[in-house]
Amino acid sequence: MELVKDLISIRDLEKKHIDLILKKSSEMEQALKEGKQLNSLKGEVVATLFFEPSTRTRLSFQTAAMRLGAKVLSFESIGASSIVKGETFSDTIRMVDGYANLIIVRHAKEGSARYAAQLAEHPVINGGDGGNQHPTQTLLDLYTIKRAKKKIGGLNVTLLGDLKHARTMRSLLYGLSMYGANTTLVAPKGLEMNREVISEARERFGAKVEEKSKMDLTDADVLYLCRVQKERFSDQYEAEKVQKEFRITEDSIKGVKDDLIIMHPLPKVDEVAPEVDKSKYAYYYEQAKMGIPVRMAIMDAMVV
Amino acid sequence: MPLVVEKIENGTVIDHIPAGMGLKVLEILKIDRNYGARVALMMNVPSKKVGKKDIVKVEGKSLDEKAVNKIALVAPNATLNIIKNSNVVEKKIVQLPKELRGAFKCPNPDCVTNLEPIETLFRMEKPEERRLRCGFCETMFEAKELIS
Repeated sequence: MELVKDLISIRDLEKKHIDLILKKSSEMEQALKEGKQLNSLKGEVVATLFFEPSTRTRLSFQTAAMRLGAKVLSFESIGASSIVKGETFSDTIRMVDGYANLIIVRHAKEGSARYAAQLAEHPVINGGDGGNQHPTQTLLDLYTIKRAKKKIGGLNVTLLGDLKHARTMRSLLYGLSMYGANTTLVAPKGLEMNREVISEARERFGAKVEEKSKMDLTDADVLYLCRVQKERFSDQYEAEKVQKEFRITEDSIKGVKDDLIIMHPLPKVDEVAPEVDKSKYAYYYEQAKMGIPVRMAIMDAMVV
Repeated sequence: MPLVVEKIENGTVIDHIPAGMGLKVLEILKIDRNYGARVALMMNVPSKKVGKKDIVKVEGKSLDEKAVNKIALVAPNATLNIIKNSNVVEKKIVQLPKELRGAFKCPNPDCVTNLEPIETLFRMEKPEERRLRCGFCETMFEAKELIS
């Protein structure tokens, strides 16, 4: 079975596509562990076009491409490209399409990867388009959960933080719903998940989604958190109060399930206390590592 | 006392527009004070079916698909009467389109279609609620958000 021609949004994928990636990711992880050099992308050129800053996504795509034997094309910053001379997004894509066999795009504008896919003949992967989608992050999140828990369906997953602006959370809710996880959404007032996203998950997948305003982790198998940014609040006192309330400390993980895993898309700033990093629950560094096998699996499935 | 408006010879009569939306229809048809031919807008006309309705008559105008699709969003039950030589030669009921291409600007300022001149695309996802999703930024909108 083939994956989609372009990987733009988790909404374009069916469960069978995700199953394929999860299976392939496990094979890639095994190959990496055994130190095998894979050559499925030998002779291919992968372009990583990051119009916005990124550490993990860009570096893990580049590493994954090299691990599959591909050569990587990239501009290190917008300042070092013709974009500063006023070159349009579409011209940049058309030009790179002539150089590379696979294009990875990150851009602040929502829908930019979809537009790039319209322009390019070669496959395009969305590396994050503004507040909209980040499908490869969702795939690596699902792989991390499945790897740790051996299943996704039936798990109690708590999504915590600014659920309104975090693109990761939207796509993840969609993916979790597809697999039948029980999701609890905990967000500060005003930063709740968009109603439309919740009703779509319910309507399309019969998802079990509960909304809460207070953190209660006693039944959680997975806690997935993201940052609550101060700049989202007009009142700084309120911002600090909420940040404190949504911070994960040693106290907040008292009485949790023994095998709880805490995930975070990173970068994190101060939403997790340093002592939690050292706890057995912290799983975000492991999660970040999964970026390599999962992105290898995606590229391997897309370049035929 | 019924309002009498003279017949047009060649053009289009749009009937069964929800009361108050007639002006919006004129806007969609890009009819303003510089439009040279005869135009009639009747507002709040009594209707047996819906209570009140608006009617628009435009001389010398035939509507393309894009215009009809736009009208369908503001007036989903409108009927179009195509007039030639003072006779109705065709009558059609507008239908909510499944897809709208290039008809409206995306209201999301962060949508890529507002960065470069790209033909916008909206898909009707919930026809009963008249809600459409942008084919680029994936945001859902109510029809009224697109036409305002």
